[in-house]
Amino acid sequence: MNWLYHFGRYYLLIKRTFKRPEKFSIYWKQYVLQMDSLGIGSLGIVSIISIFMGAVICIQSAFGFESPWIPLYAVGVSTRDIITLEFSPTVVCLILAGKVGSNIASEIGTMRVTEQIDALEIMGINSSGYLIAPKILAAVTMFPLLIVLSMFLGLFGGYVVGVAAGAVTPYEYIYGITYDFRPYNIVYALVKTYIFSFIITSVSAYHGYFTNGGALEVGRSSTKAVVYSSILILLFNVIITQILLS
Amino acid sequence: MIQVQNLSKAFGEKQIIKDISIDFIKGKVNIIIGESGSGKTVLSKLMVGLMEPDSGKVIYDGNNFIGLNFDDKREIRKQIGMLFQGGALFDSMTVEQNIVFPLSMFTNMSEQEKTERANVCLNRVNLVNVNKLFPAELSGGMKKRVGIARAIAMNPKYLFCDEPNSGLDPKTSILIDNLIKEITEEFNMTTIVITHDMNSVIEIGDYINFIFKGELWWKGNSGEILKTDNKEINDFVYCSTFMKKVKENL
Repeated sequence: MNWLYHFGRYYLLIKRTFKRPEKFSIYWKQYVLQMDSLGIGSLGIVSIISIFMGAVICIQSAFGFESPWIPLYAVGVSTRDIITLEFSPTVVCLILAGKVGSNIASEIGTMRVTEQIDALEIMGINSSGYLIAPKILAAVTMFPLLIVLSMFLGLFGGYVVGVAAGAVTPYEYIYGITYDFRPYNIVYALVKTYIFSFIITSVSAYHGYFTNGGALEVGRSSTKAVVYSSILILLFNVIITQILLS
Repeated sequence: MIQVQNLSKAFGEKQIIKDISIDFIKGKVNIIIGESGSGKTVLSKLMVGLMEPDSGKVIYDGNNFIGLNFDDKREIRKQIGMLFQGGALFDSMTVEQNIVFPLSMFTNMSEQEKTERANVCLNRVNLVNVNKLFPAELSGGMKKRVGIARAIAMNPKYLFCDEPNSGLDPKTSILIDNLIKEITEEFNMTTIVITHDMNSVIEIGDYINFIFKGELWWKGNSGEILKTDNKEINDFVYCSTFMKKVKENL
């Protein structure tokens, strides 16, 4: 029944997090700061991983389709579908769970063990609202943008490396990525991203907020945040896929 | 004035606070002393609402704080300033931002007014030209002083100080003690100091409450604590060679 205890405590924390702010302008400032920290701060890693993974997916697809019966534009089709359906929304979110999740848990955990959260509470400030709500809202705003960028960069990486390696011609690749394009796939990817953004930030914040002890426990909270966020992402990936694509 | 009435708190089977009742007097430095693990910190956390007691009342000028919801507690908390053991300054903010933070959250003061208020508070704790520094750039004593400046920024009626001298050299400790005493008298606050430091007890303690194994064991003033026959207090007060010599000369 341990999970029930954690779920109950998580629910109460989230409920308290979204209470009316003491002063909207202060929360807005935090929200903008977090968009910069969580969103813009992740631009580099998302870009690098997306370009290289797009390139690898394209080459692997070309390698797998070495048959005269399969048209070469199928490389573009498969690269597009892998990137838009799974790589960008799920794998990139797993990477963001590692980067952003550990950052949130250690930041809030350190504030807990150094009594900074107690200081906020004694001032009469809703500490969970002030610390967690802007992070969740910033992630829900910025991560979908990062994922859309990741899709473009993945396809771009596949194009550059696929063409340079002679695996596919520019025409066939472009034809492939536009062939039978279903906008619903992007909707599906964005729905997943919104839910994963919420999971990453809220679960990490939960582990940081209830850190108890010292530096060692902050490290443990950080690890737990990444592990539980990743497991929940994978679990919800199956659930959302079943609901939206079945 | 703060009144604690029949306050009790247990963690599982272990009773940490046992039916404590104390009146903390306005305009005076009220000290809570006791050995490590005696329940001092838990008592202070119960009083400021960081923990919920199992039973009892904490009354701030006639208003019972226990059982209020967060929004109702906020009105009382706005009148509380607290100096934490480690300072608890916000790492991501400069000294000035730390001090103006509660003002930004709860008042409609202009930026200029907030800066002026920060400077007044910093001057009061004898700190100048530190506005733009971050907490990581301050010494232990400076952090405590910034902590005091932040605690008095909202003109609180009640000031809590948790181990204000821990980790400080004797000279800085006396400086912080004197500052707490002066501010208490100047702003007519109800000040509660939780400490182990007998220097503080003797220097600034108007009323002293000795907690032993979760109970209020003894109360009196700084003159009386040195002369009491109470065994537990004598074991606590005169445990060092220095204090034993003080006792011989009393």
